[in-house]
Amino acid sequence: MMANTQYKAGKANHWRRFLANHLASGLAVASTIIVVAPLVAILLYLIYKGASSLNLNFFTQIPRPVGESGGGMANAIVGSAVLLGLGSLLGVPLGIAAGIYLAEFGRGGRLANFVRFTADVLNGVPSIVMGISVYALIVLPQKHFSALSGGVALGIMMIPTITRTTEEMLLMVPNSIREAALGLGVPNWRSVLSITLKTASPGVITGCMLAFARVAGETAPLLFTAFGNNFWSTSVNEPIAALPLQIYVYAISPYDEWHRLAWAGALVLIVLIVVSVALVRYVTTRGVLKGAS
Amino acid sequence: MGVGIEVKNLNAWYGNNHTLQDINLHIPANQATALIGPSGCGKSTFVRCLNRMHETNPIAKVEGSVHIGDLDVYNDASPVEIRRRVGMVFQRPNPFPTMSIYDNVASGLRLNGFRNRRVLDEVVERSLKHAALWDEVKDDLKKKSGASLSGGQQQRLCIARALAVDPEVLLMDEPASALDPVSTAKIEDLIFQLKSQYTIVIVTHNMQQAARVAERTGFFLSGKLVEFDTTHKIFTNPGDKRTEDYITGRFG
Ligand SMILES: Nc1ncnc2c1ncn2[C@@H]1O[C@H](COP(=O)(O)OP(=O)(O)O)[C@@H](O)[C@H]1O
Ligand SMILES: [Mg+2]
Repeated sequence: MMANTQYKAGKANHWRRFLANHLASGLAVASTIIVVAPLVAILLYLIYKGASSLNLNFFTQIPRPVGESGGGMANAIVGSAVLLGLGSLLGVPLGIAAGIYLAEFGRGGRLANFVRFTADVLNGVPSIVMGISVYALIVLPQKHFSALSGGVALGIMMIPTITRTTEEMLLMVPNSIREAALGLGVPNWRSVLSITLKTASPGVITGCMLAFARVAGETAPLLFTAFGNNFWSTSVNEPIAALPLQIYVYAISPYDEWHRLAWAGALVLIVLIVVSVALVRYVTTRGVLKGAS
Repeated sequence: MGVGIEVKNLNAWYGNNHTLQDINLHIPANQATALIGPSGCGKSTFVRCLNRMHETNPIAKVEGSVHIGDLDVYNDASPVEIRRRVGMVFQRPNPFPTMSIYDNVASGLRLNGFRNRRVLDEVVERSLKHAALWDEVKDDLKKKSGASLSGGQQQRLCIARALAVDPEVLLMDEPASALDPVSTAKIEDLIFQLKSQYTIVIVTHNMQQAARVAERTGFFLSGKLVEFDTTHKIFTNPGDKRTEDYITGRFG
C-alpha cells in the first residue's frame, strides 16, 4: 500500500523533474554564454582591428615622431612590465599582510573593522583620484614624474582587492586545520604562514591576479605619475611609457596609422594580461597533489 | 616513555559558563584512560586543558594545576612546548589538505625548523608503522595528498603526525566517532599497541570502547568528575548511582 502510493507519486513527478532539470541546465548554459560572449567579442574585434598592424617592429621599436610612419611600442611594453612589477612589489605583500591581519589576528576587533572599512573605501576611490593623490604625495615633492610614482599608484590600487580576497579565503580554511597545527606545538605565527595561508593560497593567488589584471589596463592613475615617455627608459626615477597611456595618446590622435597602432596595442595588452595570469597559475599550481581539495 | 598526569582543582570556563568544576585526578603512565559522559559534560574541555589548547579560545579561562611528569603545565613552559610533549588527535580527521602523506607526518618537525632529510625519512616511516598505516601508503607517500585517503586512514595519518614529534602523552578526543566499524577496530588495536610507549587519554561516548581499551575510566557529568576508577570497577560495580544510571543506559 505504502510502496504503491510512493511509486505513483514518483511517476507523477517524473515529467516535472525532467522539465525542471532541463530548464535549470538550459539556464546555466545560457548564462555562461552571456558571460563569455563579451570577452570573445572584444577579443575578436581587437584581432580584426589590430592584428594587421602587428609586426616585429611593433615589439622592437619605439614610437616614431608625427609624420614618420612605422615604429612600435617596445618601450611601452617594457614600461608596463616595470610599472606592474613595482605595483605588485608594493601591493601584493601589503595586501596579503592586511588580509592575514583581518582574518587571523584582528577578527572582530575595532582596528580590524577600521582596516576593512578603509579597504572597501579605497576600492571605491576612482582611479583618477588615486593618480592625483600620488601626484600630490610623490611627484610634487620630487618635482618630476617617475615610474616609481606610477608603480605606487598601481600598487595602492591593488591592495583592497588582495586584502579582501585574502581575508575571505583565510576565513574559509576550517578551524580544525589551525587546531591541528597548534596541537603539534607549532607557534601561531608559523601556523598562520605555513599552514593556513598555504591552504588558502589558490584563492589568495586568484585575488592577486584579479588585482593585477585590473590595474594592468589602468590609464588614469598613470597620467600624472608615470606620465609616459616616447623614448627608452627603464629607470624608476624617470617618466616611463606604459601600454594604456600609449594607447590613449594614439587613440585620441588625428592620424589613421596611430589609430591602427592603438588597436594593436590594445590587443597586445589583453594578450599579455591573459598570458601572465595563465603563467602565474601554471607555476603556482604545478606542485599541487592529486586529491588535494 | 609515557609519564603520569596529575590534575588538581582544575576549573575551566567558556565566558561565564563554568564548564569544568574542581576536577582532581591522577592519570597513570603507560596506560589508556577513558573519559565517558553525556554530550556537553566537559570531556573535550578537560583534555584541551591538558595541552593548553583550551586557551586558544579567546573567551576561555582556566584555573588549577596540571602536572605532566614533573612538568608544571601552566607554570613551567609555554603552550607551544607543552603541545610538543602532549600530542592530540581530534574527533574529525584533520590532515593538512595541501600536503602529501609524507609532508603531513613530517609537518610537526619541519614547522619547528627541523630539516635533516635522512632523519625525517626515518621518523616518517617509524610513525606510519606505529600508526599501522605504513603498508597501505608506502608506495605513494609523496604522490598522494593526505586528504585523498579514506576517513579511517586519515585518522591514522593524524595519529602518525602526532607521534612524529615524539610526545609523552597522546590525547584522543573521540578519535573513532566519525569512522566505520572496521576503521574503529583498527584504531582500538592501535591504542592497545601504543600504550606501552605513551600515556593515552581517550574521550569516547562508546562505553564498549572504553571497556575494551582502557585500564581506567572517568565518568563526567555536567562539568564534574563523578567517578574515577579502574574500568572494571566502573562497569561492574560503580560507586555512584549516577555512574550506574549512565552505564546502564538509564539516562543521557
Ligand atoms: N567553543 C566554545 N565556546 C563556548 N562554549 C563552549 C565551547 N565549546 C564547548 N562549550 C561548552 O562547554 C561545555 C562542555 O563542552 P565540551 O567540553 O565540548 O563537552 P563534551 O566534549 O563532553 O561533549 C558545553 O556546555 C558547551 O556548550
Ligand atoms: Mg567533545
